[in-house]
Amino acid sequence: MFEDLRDLYQEVIFDHNRNPRNFRIMENANRRVDGFNPLCGDKLTLFLKIDDHVISDASFQGSGCAISTASVSLMTEIVKGKTEQEAETLFTQFHEMTTGKTEEVNLEAIGKLAVLAGVREYPARVKCATLAWHTLDAALKNQQEAVSTE
Amino acid sequence: MINYPIEQIRADFPILGETVRNKPLVYLDNAASCQKPQAVIDSIVHTYSREYANIHRGVHTLSVKATDRFETAREKVRGFVNAASTKEIIFVRGATEAINLVAQSYGKSQLKAGDEIVISAMEHHANIVPWQMLCQQIGTVLKVAPMNRKGELIFEEFEQLLGENTKLVAIAHMSNALGTINPVERIVAAAHAKNIPVLLDGAQAIPHMPVDVRALDCDFYVFSGHKLYGPSGTGVLYGKQALLEAMPPYQGGGDMIRMVTFEKTQYAGLPQKFEAGTPAIAEIIGLGAAIDYVTAVGMDTIAAYEAELLDYATEQAEQIKGMNLIGQAAEKGGILSFTLDRIHPHDIGTMLDSLGIAVRAGHHCAMPVMDFYGVPATARASFAMYNTRQEIDVLMQGIKSLIEVFG
Repeated sequence: MFEDLRDLYQEVIFDHNRNPRNFRIMENANRRVDGFNPLCGDKLTLFLKIDDHVISDASFQGSGCAISTASVSLMTEIVKGKTEQEAETLFTQFHEMTTGKTEEVNLEAIGKLAVLAGVREYPARVKCATLAWHTLDAALKNQQEAVSTE
Repeated sequence: MINYPIEQIRADFPILGETVRNKPLVYLDNAASCQKPQAVIDSIVHTYSREYANIHRGVHTLSVKATDRFETAREKVRGFVNAASTKEIIFVRGATEAINLVAQSYGKSQLKAGDEIVISAMEHHANIVPWQMLCQQIGTVLKVAPMNRKGELIFEEFEQLLGENTKLVAIAHMSNALGTINPVERIVAAAHAKNIPVLLDGAQAIPHMPVDVRALDCDFYVFSGHKLYGPSGTGVLYGKQALLEAMPPYQGGGDMIRMVTFEKTQYAGLPQKFEAGTPAIAEIIGLGAAIDYVTAVGMDTIAAYEAELLDYATEQAEQIKGMNLIGQAAEKGGILSFTLDRIHPHDIGTMLDSLGIAVRAGHHCAMPVMDFYGVPATARASFAMYNTRQEIDVLMQGIKSLIEVFG
């Protein structure tokens, strides 16, 4: 019935929505930033543990739509073990992929995150996918204030 | 089923023939804005093609004609809400501007620090923020009358809030997020018993039921034209003449003056005093056409038809496991606000859109209502005079399918 939406709601997204990975409070986190999408009320708190410029752990709490939940869940998986610099590069690539700034997405670099490329066809939903990454960006820059998509 | 010319009505709204994502459009976002009948579209085209000029100015033929059409629209609005005089009908951009006008003109001139303004827990941001701004400016205090879980105003608690410091009650006639129709006659009576004026926010109520401002005896009534099948950018402030006379102008400029020198300006009388600058001329004439259109069908008839639609939709919704209705007031207009277990309203909105169904997903400019129910957002299907049972069937089938897909 929802054939038209297959590019947007791929099975991986349903899976991460049903069973979000790294969905926990991290007691020993040394970065913690809130992200908020006032348009739809999505809220998340991102926790990072960064040791010697390497993200050794990432987790989150919050509530949101399937796209935003899957996006933050996938993000916490992929950034673990990456250096801050590598994570920043991923943020840029992800942002370009979802806002359609680059035609060619480097699928290899972006890996599993490619399942979120479909949002570019749904301008109203791009912010759902990018909220997690803007929050990560703020955490990497060690900003304290909450991130808003507005 | 009542005898209702649904086929004819649907044929009158050209956009209803459109397809969205290759499916026939099922437009259920009427609480946000309604679609326009051909008569309104034709009116705008006619004004711009044949009779357009600025109003209240030129002696030339077109200006006289446009002025006449514009003032005829004012008379149509007067008749539609049964105001005593066209002096009581102020054209604005929408209900939001009308409330801001009352807050800044009436509020600033008639209220003082410590005075209280009573609103309800189910207000749209447009009936919260202008009062908060006034409170910041002059030190008035905002009081909020609570509601129960069904989304009904708790009348006794509302009444208890009316004290000697209460100087204004501002309350929705019908809630945009819940559909609740407030007991406005009782509200006005209770407030008037203590000499407190009442503003009714009629943005949601106006397309769904007959409104008679003199029978209601409210002091101000505001609504938007675009929710009454009229053009966007049009709105109406009704105010009792004595109140409007005592209020200073809201904005200064052309059209609202009698005489200007650099030393002093003499303001125009009502209603021009509140209509600075060139208004949305063609659109307001179009609003007149919208009023003609709904009047021809009959507001009582529309109300009865929509009540049947809402009953049908509610019955269907109650049979779907995992679908939760938000707002179940005994007195309710054609709004079905809902959540689905474990499915975010934004996902509901996108998935229904892929089936051609337009619903609103979000906080409906009523964040305090969302907080009250402990949800970040709801999905909302809202009905208009042109919706059908078949469309409700399509909606419910869509909801069942997406519950399945999300598993």
